[in-house]
Amino acid sequence: MAVTQAPTRELTPEPRGRLLVWLTTTDHKKIGILYLVNSFSFFTVGGIFALLMRTELARPGQQLIGAHAYNELFTIHGTLMIFLVIFPILAGLGNYFVPLQIGALDMAFPRINALSFWLLPVGGLTILSGFLAKGGAAACGWTCYAPLNEQLGTGVDLWLAGLILVGTASILGAINFIVTILRMRAPGMTMMRLPVFVWGILATSLLVILATPVFTAGLIMLFADRRLGTSFFDPAHGGVALLWQNVFWFFGHPEVYMLILGAWGVVTEILSVFSGRPIFSYRGVVLSFLMITALSFTVWAHHMFATGAVELPFFSITTELISIPTGVLFFVWLGTLWKGKLRFEVPMLFALGFIALFLIGGIDGVWAASPAMDFAIHDTYWVVAHLHYVLFGGTLFGIMAGMYYWFPKMSGRMLSRKLGQWHFWLQFIGFNVTFFPMHILGLRGMPRRIADYAPDRGWSFLNLVSTIGAFLIAISLLIFFANVLTTLRKPRSAPADPWRANTLEWATSSPPPPHNFDALPAIHSGRPVYDARVAEAGPTDRGSR
Amino acid sequence: MSTAEITDERVARATSGPILGMVLFVASEAMFFATFFGAYFTIRAASPAWPPKGIPHLEIGIATVLTVILVSSSFVLQQGVRAIRRGDGRGLQAWLAGTLGLGISFLALQLYDYSQLGFGLKDGIFGTLFYVMTSLHMAHVFGGVVFLGLVFTQARTGQLSRSRHESLEAGAIYWHFVDVVWVGLYTVFYLLTPR
Repeated sequence: MAVTQAPTRELTPEPRGRLLVWLTTTDHKKIGILYLVNSFSFFTVGGIFALLMRTELARPGQQLIGAHAYNELFTIHGTLMIFLVIFPILAGLGNYFVPLQIGALDMAFPRINALSFWLLPVGGLTILSGFLAKGGAAACGWTCYAPLNEQLGTGVDLWLAGLILVGTASILGAINFIVTILRMRAPGMTMMRLPVFVWGILATSLLVILATPVFTAGLIMLFADRRLGTSFFDPAHGGVALLWQNVFWFFGHPEVYMLILGAWGVVTEILSVFSGRPIFSYRGVVLSFLMITALSFTVWAHHMFATGAVELPFFSITTELISIPTGVLFFVWLGTLWKGKLRFEVPMLFALGFIALFLIGGIDGVWAASPAMDFAIHDTYWVVAHLHYVLFGGTLFGIMAGMYYWFPKMSGRMLSRKLGQWHFWLQFIGFNVTFFPMHILGLRGMPRRIADYAPDRGWSFLNLVSTIGAFLIAISLLIFFANVLTTLRKPRSAPADPWRANTLEWATSSPPPPHNFDALPAIHSGRPVYDARVAEAGPTDRGSR
Repeated sequence: MSTAEITDERVARATSGPILGMVLFVASEAMFFATFFGAYFTIRAASPAWPPKGIPHLEIGIATVLTVILVSSSFVLQQGVRAIRRGDGRGLQAWLAGTLGLGISFLALQLYDYSQLGFGLKDGIFGTLFYVMTSLHMAHVFGGVVFLGLVFTQARTGQLSRSRHESLEAGAIYWHFVDVVWVGLYTVFYLLTPR
């Protein structure tokens, strides 16, 4: 096997305290872990908010929280989960694994990398600090439509400031990812040999660079309206209230794909590894990612069908179009599984769970793309079901697949398989128990974003079921956290490549040394670690094929 | 392949990293300003009259001087880039000093212009659009002056050479972009606003 020697000399001769090392690190692996710790902390907060809401909705009548507090909870729940949990977890995994998967020593701009991480907790805490302000936190929903967003108290200003910080962080991070991927690849790692996860992060970064600044501009307009006396969204002084929705969703729909492209990459790779087969159509995946990236800029107004100010056929057709590359991905996933020797390890369970749940979420999306259907279900619980099937059933299951897959690489320890299985099944069942009934509730006319409902509407039983499901999810996540914390206390025993995987991160030790690779295998295909394994096994054994 | 080769590969490729990073940053800045231009045309299309009643018409004189200053500063800066590409460090310093001078006079003259306009930020939608868009642009000019000021310090201390001057190239890309945005603002607020 052709190997390359990289320098083994440590670059930090000066000893530092452990905390100081983490606070000042520019190592992409440490920053990646900081992203994960930060995101799972906000995840816990957002999750507790969700449990509070579900507890309130379990029975008709107000028991636990008032209507305004409920509005604050769902606003901050959505904002945290989208901007400080799902996106940063993918960015954190990207930080850790993109340089490893392309055989680089670090990200292109390590110090900017540290900056774009540290803006996140500051932004997140700024948003949360709204709870201490007079009038409470932002209570206008994560979409915060005009003119409501111009009327509420200081919490909205803190929400705006926090989101501007988080948005800036993601733009800097995206620039860093793109330059890293285009400029820092190891010799032999051509673009068409990049692991699919790297393609997912690349497509995500393109979306961030082109869509997030639009949102930042909108946030600045809103802030100016609220605090400087301008009138962008104020029709009484010549502004246009609907402008906010257009700006928000011009960003907001690409945002949806920012939240899932990375997870698609994770799942595609895991399906290939655990069915012992190459990806059914690598080119199909890459092309689908790029088509979705481009098309995602043309669909934003399908969120605004009910405003009556939208060209319905155009946005309906573009939305239906974007389901075509998504459909291609499904066929690639099924084709990869077809005739494979499936190994039902925990990452594979989550990846299969992802396919099942994201299929439902995706089909929901195709339905909602029809204006006639959309008029009926707009702002009902049906929409809540759809978005959770996509973002929780989709992305979060993909993230969990990635966590179980990469945990041994990041920590040098294997997570418990038994606890992982408990986690998967409880989360899978709990998820469906929570969110499937919301489809039916929506079709029965239950509006989203309400703190209470009348007992005679026929919504009580399904709401109770949904609440029970939410607690099942909570238990499954406690099992996950327990699994992580107990495993971290065990000695390091994970081999370099515990899964018989394909991509470069498995060619180095678990965890990798600070300089990432002592030796880089020759890269002649998209699966260098597989190639090396086959070459080592000799011509008689055909490896895991 | 040896250790040295891996390191060399990285260094050789890293040269264009900062410039690529700046191009991507400028792309995101372009989307940022595009949003404001989009907002401008959306609001203008929805308005019964443009400019709205009660807005004194904008004098084109100072704005034209501003345009000349900023556009010529781009050419001056580009002369500096050409100088360092030839390895002429002294020439670069002179051209950079000229660029900075033009940038600072742009800022000063625009602030003076603000004081002469006779309407304010809170005077309806025209004031909103005019002041928010031009002041965000002004903040970018200020950022460019700071950036190029740092590059100027690098040039004075001899840190820039024929083979190593990405900071200048990146700064120039940014400066030209800010320039183009101003031309857009000038067109929208002065040339396309009926008198």
